[in-house]
Amino acid sequence: MSRARLILGVFLLFLLVLSLAVEGVLATTFAYYYDVLITIGINVILAVSLNLVNGYTGQFSLGHAGFMAVGAYAAASWSNHLDPVVAGVLGGMGNPAATNVCLVVSMLVGGLLAALAGLLVGIPSLRLRGDYLAIVTLGFGEIIRTAILNTDFLGAARGLSVRGNYTNLFWTYGLAGICVYTVLSLVNSTYGRGFLTVRDDEVAAEAMGINTTRYKVAAFVIAAFFAGIAGALYAHFKAFITPEGFNFFRSVDVVVMVILGGMGSTLGVILAAALLTILPEILRALAHTSFMPPAFQGLLENRLIAYSLLLIVLMLTRPEGLFGDPSAVRRRFIRTRPK
Amino acid sequence: MEQVTLFLQQLLNGISLGSIYALIALGYTMVYGVLRFINFAHGDIYMLGAFSGFLVAPLVTRFIPLQQYDTFTPQNFFTIACGAGLVMLTSMAICAVIGVLIEKIAYRPLRNKPRLTVLITAIGVSLFIQNMTQYFFGAEPKPFPQLIPVHPIEGLGDLTILTTQAAIILSTIILLILLRFIVMRTKLGMAMRALSLNPMACSLMGVDIDVVISFTFALGSALAAAAGILVSLDSPSITPLMGNLPGIKAFVAAVLGGIGNIPGAAIGGLLIGVLETLVVGYLRPELRDAIAFAVLIVILLFKPTGLLGRVEREKV
Repeated sequence: MSRARLILGVFLLFLLVLSLAVEGVLATTFAYYYDVLITIGINVILAVSLNLVNGYTGQFSLGHAGFMAVGAYAAASWSNHLDPVVAGVLGGMGNPAATNVCLVVSMLVGGLLAALAGLLVGIPSLRLRGDYLAIVTLGFGEIIRTAILNTDFLGAARGLSVRGNYTNLFWTYGLAGICVYTVLSLVNSTYGRGFLTVRDDEVAAEAMGINTTRYKVAAFVIAAFFAGIAGALYAHFKAFITPEGFNFFRSVDVVVMVILGGMGSTLGVILAAALLTILPEILRALAHTSFMPPAFQGLLENRLIAYSLLLIVLMLTRPEGLFGDPSAVRRRFIRTRPK
Repeated sequence: MEQVTLFLQQLLNGISLGSIYALIALGYTMVYGVLRFINFAHGDIYMLGAFSGFLVAPLVTRFIPLQQYDTFTPQNFFTIACGAGLVMLTSMAICAVIGVLIEKIAYRPLRNKPRLTVLITAIGVSLFIQNMTQYFFGAEPKPFPQLIPVHPIEGLGDLTILTTQAAIILSTIILLILLRFIVMRTKLGMAMRALSLNPMACSLMGVDIDVVISFTFALGSALAAAAGILVSLDSPSITPLMGNLPGIKAFVAAVLGGIGNIPGAAIGGLLIGVLETLVVGYLRPELRDAIAFAVLIVILLFKPTGLLGRVEREKV
């Protein structure tokens, strides 16, 4: 048993004990903090998985919310229609074992469908580079959202109620742990070096016989799988989802987390995801303190103003993010401007 | 016969929509030509154009009472054209200044940095403009004041052309001719073309690159502002997020025409506009926004250089 797997096992065990001990108290007495905590977990999954594409593989995807939407809607419709069947085998709805199994099954459904979407998007679009890829992934995100908006079966613009809110601390952070483990061991494996070579110098990688398109598609599919799982957790957490919850700005949120943390630094991205989940809450609290002039309230409550400034200032002063490796960033984007 | 009229009508609506995309696409393509990057914030300049028109129009109508005219007559035509033209020119000037400022503050310090850094900055600038506008004006749609009387033009048989559509098409033609003149016949235009061909040789020949880039941003932003005003004549309801979709569709138009190619952007814009109208008219209206992305994916897969673009090899 390798060290990483051991750490993951200990983490999951610790999490299980912890959630058994405090989950009930947290969810009822400190509902607000519980909410923030779960959201942090979901955002960590999203950001760490996107980091595989944007950070380690050096591509630039702007459509992560689209895959999250696929996962969320797939998991929600699965639960709405087939949970009684799954639960029936395990002693009926409401039984804790049945609840957990239902959550896991719907997460798998969400994750696999999102991965399939990732494959469908990835194969044609990953032959593209840089800014083109960014626009195409943005386009796919919007197409997915428009498709949901026009599908009556998925509630269209009305939104979709989700049966049961199964999401709990254990599964959220357990999957965050599994996501971090997967990404880290992938990148640190012999196979995974391929991702880094694609990032560092695509032309050289191709010359060395590395199938760059295959690596890019692989990164995309894995990232989409975890985004789908995050979407499933989100659906079972909110119990109500709308297409607007997965718009372009949701993708931007995740991209900002990856950039702030430092593209290609998993630890940095985890911290940034936590920080940027808490930040709007703090700004909102600050906006409603008595000494804050009313004119500033709107400014503080709109997280995108803070995020956009953060993006501009970071790019001007520290493009590698808080924890990124500066040399990796410098090497990473090939300049194609004619010299 | 009715089918033919219907088709011509759709074609006409498509051309007027396409003119808007063409005007925005020109900005994308010119900036790409000189700097090799996608100015993500360009769609928001278009939005700012509409909002500056919204602010300027009351000042102009104080002196030229544009709202009192219900129809065009040979007598009032000149007055209306002057009034509306004044609003448009002022907004174009305002947006040209904003465009130059954005380039100076956000993009210039990153001139020699990797392209992705600039792209991320541009996304930041775009979000910043949208949300600041939302902060100042609110998120709910604002009514754009009437600058020209809206009514169908008479004497065209079964075809219906609104005065606003005619204004869009006419103004676009005038602006395109003007742009053609600037790019092909003036010294700055020649510098622009030289810069897009070879920046290094261009600066060795004594061209002040900073000036040319500022000029390009000013030109592109002014055209986007004109598009913003023109679209508001036709659908007089403006919001801070109105630039998002037209911005992306115009980008697709620029890619379709061959990014970096000025006539290509105009043709691409018209094609996307006509295609969108035909799809809405003959297939399904809900595909309106998906069609541009579908076109983009198809071009990038089969002819990434677009209709009129040059092949650019990546050098190691």
